[in-house]
Amino acid sequence: MIYLDNAATTKTAKEVVDAMIPYFTEFYGNPSSVYSFATKSRQGITDAREVIAKHLSVASSDIYFTGSGTEANNWAIKATCDAMVQKGKHIISTKIEHHAILHTLEYMEKKGFEVTYLNVDEYGLISLEELKSAIKEDTILISIMFANNEIGTIQPIKEIGEIAKQHGILFHTDAVQAFGQIPIDVNECHIDMLSASAHKLNGPKGIGFLYIKKGVKIRSFIHGGSQERARRAGTENVPSIVGFSVACERAFRLMEEKTKKELELRDYLIKRILEEVPYAKLNGHPIKRLPNNVNISFEFVEGESVLIMLDMKGICASSGSACTSGSLDPSHVLLAIGLPHEKAHGSLRLSVCEENTMEEMEEVVQSVKAIIQRLREMSPLYEDFIKKNSK
Amino acid sequence: MYTEKVMEHFQNPRNVGEIENASGVGTVGNAKCGDIMRIYLDIDENQRIKDCKFKTFGCGAAVATSSMATELVIGKTVEEALKVTNQAVMEALDGLPPVKVHCSLLAEEAIHAALWDYAQKNHLEFDGLVQPKSDIHEDEESQDY
Repeated sequence: MIYLDNAATTKTAKEVVDAMIPYFTEFYGNPSSVYSFATKSRQGITDAREVIAKHLSVASSDIYFTGSGTEANNWAIKATCDAMVQKGKHIISTKIEHHAILHTLEYMEKKGFEVTYLNVDEYGLISLEELKSAIKEDTILISIMFANNEIGTIQPIKEIGEIAKQHGILFHTDAVQAFGQIPIDVNECHIDMLSASAHKLNGPKGIGFLYIKKGVKIRSFIHGGSQERARRAGTENVPSIVGFSVACERAFRLMEEKTKKELELRDYLIKRILEEVPYAKLNGHPIKRLPNNVNISFEFVEGESVLIMLDMKGICASSGSACTSGSLDPSHVLLAIGLPHEKAHGSLRLSVCEENTMEEMEEVVQSVKAIIQRLREMSPLYEDFIKKNSK
Repeated sequence: MYTEKVMEHFQNPRNVGEIENASGVGTVGNAKCGDIMRIYLDIDENQRIKDCKFKTFGCGAAVATSSMATELVIGKTVEEALKVTNQAVMEALDGLPPVKVHCSLLAEEAIHAALWDYAQKNHLEFDGLVQPKSDIHEDEESQDY
């Protein structure tokens, strides 16, 4: 198998699993309990929080563990709306956010909040001028993703943070795809809240965190016990929290080496595919993009067919076609960067990791070439295109 | 997600291609939604379908239903072919996931569109054959290409 869907999820690293196991089998005490046996579980959380805070250069008391990146995003938006409703009801975000943000914003719109969804250019970048002019008297939150999950485009987060700070507006960033992949300077970027998830950086699934800068007065989102300093109730997922911190430590330790390898694989894939497959186009920014992301649209073919054929050759990938999204429309991200529907249906995302090899990339290029050619041979769109050109 | 039959037809689709000077051609669906099917029919003087070819842009189910539809109509008379429903196509494929049922409807429509084209060219009328709703004429197709 060649796994090229690391933007969907990653393999849990062995050192992560090894670190987690004792917290299932030996130190299973409830961290809230009084007896000394629970100390070990409590300490596991404390240490983990410190490791993560250190890598983000923030105070450990500003890290709150959640059940997922999605929960962190929901919390940031819903609790900000709750806390700030007296000040205003306007939020600024973008058209290319993950559904965890977009669907939460749609929910808030139903509750009477107003949302401006910033456009993006053909590369997926927002315009800072458009952001500035979108700011209103009653704007309470700017929520813009650090890097896009589909096309890998990295936003000018520092400039966005500066604009938010100048206007005294809270700034949240969904950094699920970026945390542990690329350097993030929370302070320099004036980030007030940041969401992250462990399973994107070789950690376990079902654990995330929300960084909430000291002084940002948002309240609890999940009510119950007084875990996470009474801001996120529910018995802590101790093994996963420990796993997250080990994954974080590992990701930062290996970042330089990983990035170098991933860039090599990524750029090789892009170059070969664009050179050897006609009517193909890279989606996303050529430079301001995540080191592991390749997203290419192939005209005249549909993405799900490409995925099934790749799967038959043992290659795991994903697509922005409607058939893979479970709706009639293709990916909102690809439409936002200006792709017509038919080209968005023919998109293929290949997200590499440092364990992939050049031999695998060679195999993928050959497979993609053969598959696209085969599907085009049975495509009426391609038939029409060829006939039109030969006229 | 798909039955073995669907996968088999997707991997080895029957009757892919074009028929020159076809008796009838029908194209249905639209690229916006991600499915386009084109059916070519070769019909003899006894109104029997001698050959049927297809071209499809779409998902695995779209390719498999097109392939199965061509198999089901070859050898049938026009009147018999008109009775091949999407249900028959689905059953022959051992079923489709609920979200893919529309692919079988599109296959039925594509056959009807090609039969309609044949009927128009030959000034014929058949019971149950009406102008297909989603038939695409060449000049209406996507402007992007």
